[in-house]
Amino acid sequence: MARDSDLDVAYVARLARLNLTKAETELFQKQLGDVLKYVEKLRELNVSGVEAAAHGVPIFNVFREDAPRDWFTAEEALSNAPRQTDGLFIVPKVVE
Amino acid sequence: MKYVAAVGLEVHVQLKTRSKMFCACPVEFGAEPNTHTCPVCLGLPGALPVMNHEALRMTVLTGLMLGCDIAPICKFDRKNYFYPDMPKNYQISQYDMPLCTNGSVSLHDLAYPKDAQKNIVTPDKEVHLVRIHLEEDVAKSFHFENSTGIDFNRAGTPLMEIVTQPEINSPEEAFAFLTSLKQILIYGGVSDAEMEKGQLRCDCNISVRPEKQAGLGVKIEIKNMNSISGVRRALAYEIQRQISALETGEKLEQETRGWDDAAGETFLMRTKEFAHDYRYFPDPDLVPVTTEVLLADVRSRVPELPKAKRARFVQQYQVSAYDAGVLANDLVLARYFEAAAKGAKKPKNVANWILNDLQNALSGAGKTISDCPIPPEALDELVNLIDSGKISGKQGKEVFAEMFATGKRAAAIVKEKGIKQLSDLSAIEALCDEVISANPKAAADFKAGNVAPLNFLKGQVMKLSKGKANPQLAGEILERKLKS
Ligand SMILES: [Zn+2]
Repeated sequence: MARDSDLDVAYVARLARLNLTKAETELFQKQLGDVLKYVEKLRELNVSGVEAAAHGVPIFNVFREDAPRDWFTAEEALSNAPRQTDGLFIVPKVVE
Repeated sequence: MKYVAAVGLEVHVQLKTRSKMFCACPVEFGAEPNTHTCPVCLGLPGALPVMNHEALRMTVLTGLMLGCDIAPICKFDRKNYFYPDMPKNYQISQYDMPLCTNGSVSLHDLAYPKDAQKNIVTPDKEVHLVRIHLEEDVAKSFHFENSTGIDFNRAGTPLMEIVTQPEINSPEEAFAFLTSLKQILIYGGVSDAEMEKGQLRCDCNISVRPEKQAGLGVKIEIKNMNSISGVRRALAYEIQRQISALETGEKLEQETRGWDDAAGETFLMRTKEFAHDYRYFPDPDLVPVTTEVLLADVRSRVPELPKAKRARFVQQYQVSAYDAGVLANDLVLARYFEAAAKGAKKPKNVANWILNDLQNALSGAGKTISDCPIPPEALDELVNLIDSGKISGKQGKEVFAEMFATGKRAAAIVKEKGIKQLSDLSAIEALCDEVISANPKAAADFKAGNVAPLNFLKGQVMKLSKGKANPQLAGEILERKLKS
C-alpha cells in the first residue's frame, strides 16, 4: 500500500515551483494519495515472469540520419516571446 | 599533517554532428541568435524528439577509443528542473542506463603542463571512467544588468558527458587528463574539443582528506570551467582552500562553487539544502536503443590513437620518444610529419626540421601547422637536398626561409640563387692544402695526436669556401692529408 510518506505534496510543489496554500496542500495530498492507492492495484499482478522494461512497446532504435534542415526564422521563433531584444528571448534576471 | 586531494571530473563534450540531437536543426557555432530552432528544441507543446543516429555512433566510438564497456541496451530519461535555458523544463539525458561504462584515459608525460613535466608523480597513470552518456545541451544565457537573454541555437545539440572516478590527485593530473582526452576526441573526429568555443566544459568534484584517513573527504563541486589551464588554477586554489579550512578545524560541507578566473578564487554558489532533486524518469517519447548495430558501424572508425602513433613513429621513423610525443600531440602535425617523412631518406631529420625551424617559423608568423606555407612534400625535398650533400645545412636554412616566405620549392630556389655545395673533390683538396699551409701550428698539433685542431681547420676550409664546401668531405680530406 502507498504510504503517506511516499508523497510529500509540499516538497513536490516546491520542486515544481508551485505556491500552494495550506488548504490546497492538504487537499492535493489526499487526492494524489488516492491516485497512488489506485495505481497500487498494479502490485496485485504477478509479474515474476516478466522482464523489467522502461517502455511498454517492444520497439527499439528509432533514429534519424544526421541531415540538417532549417525550420524557424529568428522572427518566427521569437513571435510568442513576451519580451525580446537583439534576437534574444528576454526573461527575468536569473543567477546561477 | 599531510593531506591528499581526490578529484573527479565531469566533462561535457559537444559532438561534431551536423544537426541537433533530437531535431534536425543545424549545429553551428557563432550563428545569429535563435536562427537554428524548431518546435522540438523550443519545447513547443506536442513536438516529438527523434534521436540523431550519428550522435549515438560517435558516443559508442568514444567508448571504444576509451576502452569502455558498451551497454547492450540503453535508454533516455528526463532530468527535471526549472531554468529558462531549458524550455521543456526537463533535459533529455541518460540516468541509469548510459551508453558506456568503465574505460580509462592514460596520462602521457607531454600532456602535463610544460612546467610540471619534470616531476610527474605517477608516470603513465590511468584515470578510470565511471560512465559516458549522451544528452542534449541547453540554451546559451546572456546575463544583463536587469534581465537575462536566451539564445536557443545551442539548445538540443548533442552533448556527451564523460565522468571519471575520483582518481585525479593534483591540478597537474587534471590538466594532463583533459589534454589527453581532448587529443583522443580529436583523433576520433567526434569533437573539435575547443574549450574557448565551449566544445569542452568541465565540472570538478574535489575532496581533501588527511593522508591516513580511509574513504573520501567531503565532496565540493566547482561548476563550468572553460579552459584547461583554468581547471588547473581553480583546483590549485580549491585544494589549498580546503586544506587550510581543515587545518584550522573548520568543518567542510557539501556545496557547489564557481570559479572566478580574474580574481583567481572560487566562490560559493549553493549549499546542500539547495541541492537539486531532478526526479529522473524514462522519457516516454523515446524508445530504447540497442547498441549492436551501432558497434558494427563504428568499429572500423576507431583510429590509431595517440599512444599507438607515438610508438609507431619511434619504430618506423627512428625519431626519439620525445619527438614522437610532440608530433603525435597534434593530429595535424602528425599527419604533416608522415606526409613529409614518407619519401625521406632520413625521417628523423624531417622531424628535426618540423620541430625546430618549421615550428619556430610558424609561431613567428602567427600561423599554425594547418596554414603552413610549405607543403609537407616540399619540406621533404629540402631535407633530401641537404641529406644527399647537394646543399649544406647552413644553405638549407637560407633556402627554408625563402620557401616559408614565398611558397617556392627548394629546387627552384637553389637553381635561382646558384646555391650549391662544393662537393668537387679536387676543389676541396685545393682548399684543404691552402688551409694546412696557412696554419702550420694547428697541423703539427694534430699530427702530434691532439684531435681538437681538426675542427678548427675544417672551420677554416668552410670559411674559405664561403660555406659552400661539404663539411663532411672537408673533414675527411683534411684528416687524410694530415695523417699521410
Ligand atoms: Zn530544433
